[in-house]
Amino acid sequence: MVGKPLDELTAALHALLPADSVITDPVRLRTYECDGLTYHRATPGVVVLPETAEQISGVVRACNDFGVPFVARGSGTGLSGGALPREDGVLIVTSKMRRVLEIDLPNHRAVVEPGVTNLAITEAVRDQGYYYAPDPSSQQICSIGGNVAENSGGAHCLKYGFTVNHIEACEIVTPDGDLVTLDRMDPGYDLLGAFIGSEGTLGIATKITVRLSRTPESVITVLAAYESIEQGGQAVSAIIGAGIVPAAIEMMDALSIEAAEAAVSCSYPEGAGAVLIVELDGPVQEVVRQFERLQEICSGAFELRVADDPAERAAIWRGRKSAFAAVGRISPAYIVQDGVVPRTSLPKVLAAIDRLSQEYGIRVANVFHAGDGNLHPLVLFDDAEPGAGERAEAVSGAILDLCIEHGGSITGEHGVGADKAKYMPKMFSADDLDTMQLVRCAFDPKNLSNPGKIFPTPRLCGEVPGVRKGVHPLVASGQAEQF
Amino acid sequence: MEGLEKTGVTVREAGPDDAVGGVRPSVVALPESVEEISAVLRACAEHDLAVVPAGGGTKLHWGPPPERCDVLLDLCCLNEVIEHAAGDLVVKAQAGLTMDALADALAAQGQELALDVPFAEGATVGGTLAAATAGPRAFRYGTARDLLIGITVVLPDGTVAKSGGRVVKNVAGYDLGKLFTGSYGTLGVIAEATFRLHPLPADRRYVVAGFASHERVQEAAAMLAASQAEPSAVELDWPGGDAPFTLAVLVEGSAAGQRAEALREAMGAGTVTDEAPAWWGLITDDEVLLELRFPPARAGEVLEAVRGTGFALRGSPVAGRVRLELGAQLSGAMTATGFAGVVSGLRERLAPLGGRVTVLAAPDESVDRWGPVSALPLMRRVKERFDPGRRMSPGRFVGGI
Repeated sequence: MVGKPLDELTAALHALLPADSVITDPVRLRTYECDGLTYHRATPGVVVLPETAEQISGVVRACNDFGVPFVARGSGTGLSGGALPREDGVLIVTSKMRRVLEIDLPNHRAVVEPGVTNLAITEAVRDQGYYYAPDPSSQQICSIGGNVAENSGGAHCLKYGFTVNHIEACEIVTPDGDLVTLDRMDPGYDLLGAFIGSEGTLGIATKITVRLSRTPESVITVLAAYESIEQGGQAVSAIIGAGIVPAAIEMMDALSIEAAEAAVSCSYPEGAGAVLIVELDGPVQEVVRQFERLQEICSGAFELRVADDPAERAAIWRGRKSAFAAVGRISPAYIVQDGVVPRTSLPKVLAAIDRLSQEYGIRVANVFHAGDGNLHPLVLFDDAEPGAGERAEAVSGAILDLCIEHGGSITGEHGVGADKAKYMPKMFSADDLDTMQLVRCAFDPKNLSNPGKIFPTPRLCGEVPGVRKGVHPLVASGQAEQF
Repeated sequence: MEGLEKTGVTVREAGPDDAVGGVRPSVVALPESVEEISAVLRACAEHDLAVVPAGGGTKLHWGPPPERCDVLLDLCCLNEVIEHAAGDLVVKAQAGLTMDALADALAAQGQELALDVPFAEGATVGGTLAAATAGPRAFRYGTARDLLIGITVVLPDGTVAKSGGRVVKNVAGYDLGKLFTGSYGTLGVIAEATFRLHPLPADRRYVVAGFASHERVQEAAAMLAASQAEPSAVELDWPGGDAPFTLAVLVEGSAAGQRAEALREAMGAGTVTDEAPAWWGLITDDEVLLELRFPPARAGEVLEAVRGTGFALRGSPVAGRVRLELGAQLSGAMTATGFAGVVSGLRERLAPLGGRVTVLAAPDESVDRWGPVSALPLMRRVKERFDPGRRMSPGRFVGGI
């Protein structure tokens, strides 16, 4: 597909943007060939670094004129290949759009450009006693535009919800190139709700109004060490059963503790088969009472550590926050999986993952948001060993099958992207996917906005809805694969 | 209506009470399953019949009347709790289940759906979603779209589709639930919904205080919105005109009494009680009903804008969402032209504040109910894709959708 339309488009892009904002040098292009999921790679046809919404709008219009697909990218930390470029397309990188435009504390909101990092929002208001609640673990570098695209979560979304619950409005460039504002206050369809989490397939956010939350009066973080993961799991059920909604409940198994220990010397209790991190926050009187109850519930733990100041809290979180990167210390290669099961299915699913691990001879380190059943199994393998990568892939895929089997989801926060499109038909029927495509076709009838993500075999927007017969035209023409 | 009878779904002839905004359907269909909804919609597609879905009928007179209505799709027979997974804090229910019945079922397990409905009886799960009514605790828990985690819908051609699921954390695929929440029945029929739940709070207290001026209300609201005592809701009741304002604050959870007392002191007024004020979260008279949305820091100015209109106001100054009803002295006296003028006057006052005015209900057909809608062209395209035949509640939504 690389060829004429892209060349003509590139000429048009030079007219729209300053010279240093259009990258065509093959060596520089290659630095954008993947996002955080490095085993999907494609060198973009051309990269642009716009500085304004109007420039993005111009680029997207030009893409429309020449029928060239485009992909938006923030900081490139995504873990599902959502920002995987197209060799025949334009990669629109928002990293130059990093201004905090407005902080409006009386209305508890801030207006920011899409390239602003998640943490930068909190840092801008922390001294005034506010913060931006969603906290993906990449928050130091991930962009708010990427968070909006992925509907990012984080450890604290158990109590506070996801990106979609904290966004008041977005100015977007539609796949046609129009600048449109989607606002929660506006009457009409909740297009803002549909847009957030659409993984760049419904347009590009160019200005984002986030809700700021008041810093909780009190925070207590507890680390409970258990001999087994089952005991830890029982404690989680008991906490929820007691009517407590902690800000976060995280769990790590022995292997992930070992990795964290090797990487950051987090000094978690020795001999722990599982550690549970529970964070309570809110009004001081409420937190104190919940903490009393939590101590009773966790009485089966062989060690209990309590942090009530920021330094102690950071010490408890250090192991958990390092876990993904830490497994690099104990394994040459690994896959980070992201699946969700109903919380009550956790024990069964963890046991099944253990069986898979033994069956395939592949180690799996379990790190998870236990409170909402969001698993992040780290599937460890040696990429120098023939066949190990394939076996790891098989285990990783089988874990998703387990999630679906137990009524869960193939992704809790990393998104579908390029990586999991093939699993969508396992979770959703053809009718479900075709119905989602109606939304896609309303926004992006030409299928130019991040095509190839989320949906395995998109319906062509011209098709009359109804029963699909025969081979899909995109499959027949070799543009798509049927899974 | 032979086409409908062939589906085997129970139908009856419509009476005058079945009219939607004065438009009387020919028949009322009473499906008992998702499959039966699908069968009815397929038959309607085949015979080009227009459909208006209905739950408890509590808000059926809201919005403009439908351009046409052949079939009223009454979801009253789909009234079951499909699954309450208490350990997972999740419930899946059929659309025709009343919110009251759902609340009772959940309370038996010490849980609740933190979604307040303005009508004490009759409002259903489906109707609450379709109209996206928000109550006092939206301030703390968000609105219906924030608590909905999965949905099953039936499209106008009979296709049954779902999105989301039964886990809270889930980003697989587009969120059709968001799209259908607040869609006023114009995209298809909401058949089933799955919600995230919360444990019933250990304790509840209300602080009720009277204020003489809108400035004092604004001051108290700003303090409450920023308070680390974390009230669940702050509601204002104001009969309008020169009447005083009543502000009520809900504190839920552990140590509710202590936290409520602290808020009372911070406000410098009020009493702490166990019981909600009688008006809490309710709509008294919705023959004429407006909804105002605004940035919360402008609440005082919004009150000032409402003062001269003769409307009574109730809602949340901290969430920036209030509803207006006809005040006692005004009821029946407002003429059609007078009403449209008041609405456009309010829009002019609120626009510079960043506010919106929506007419939820009014017998007057000439008034612009929605005001400016920034993404209307995109909304039309969504409607066109979901309902190309314009059979679902045609004309009942923004821009004549």
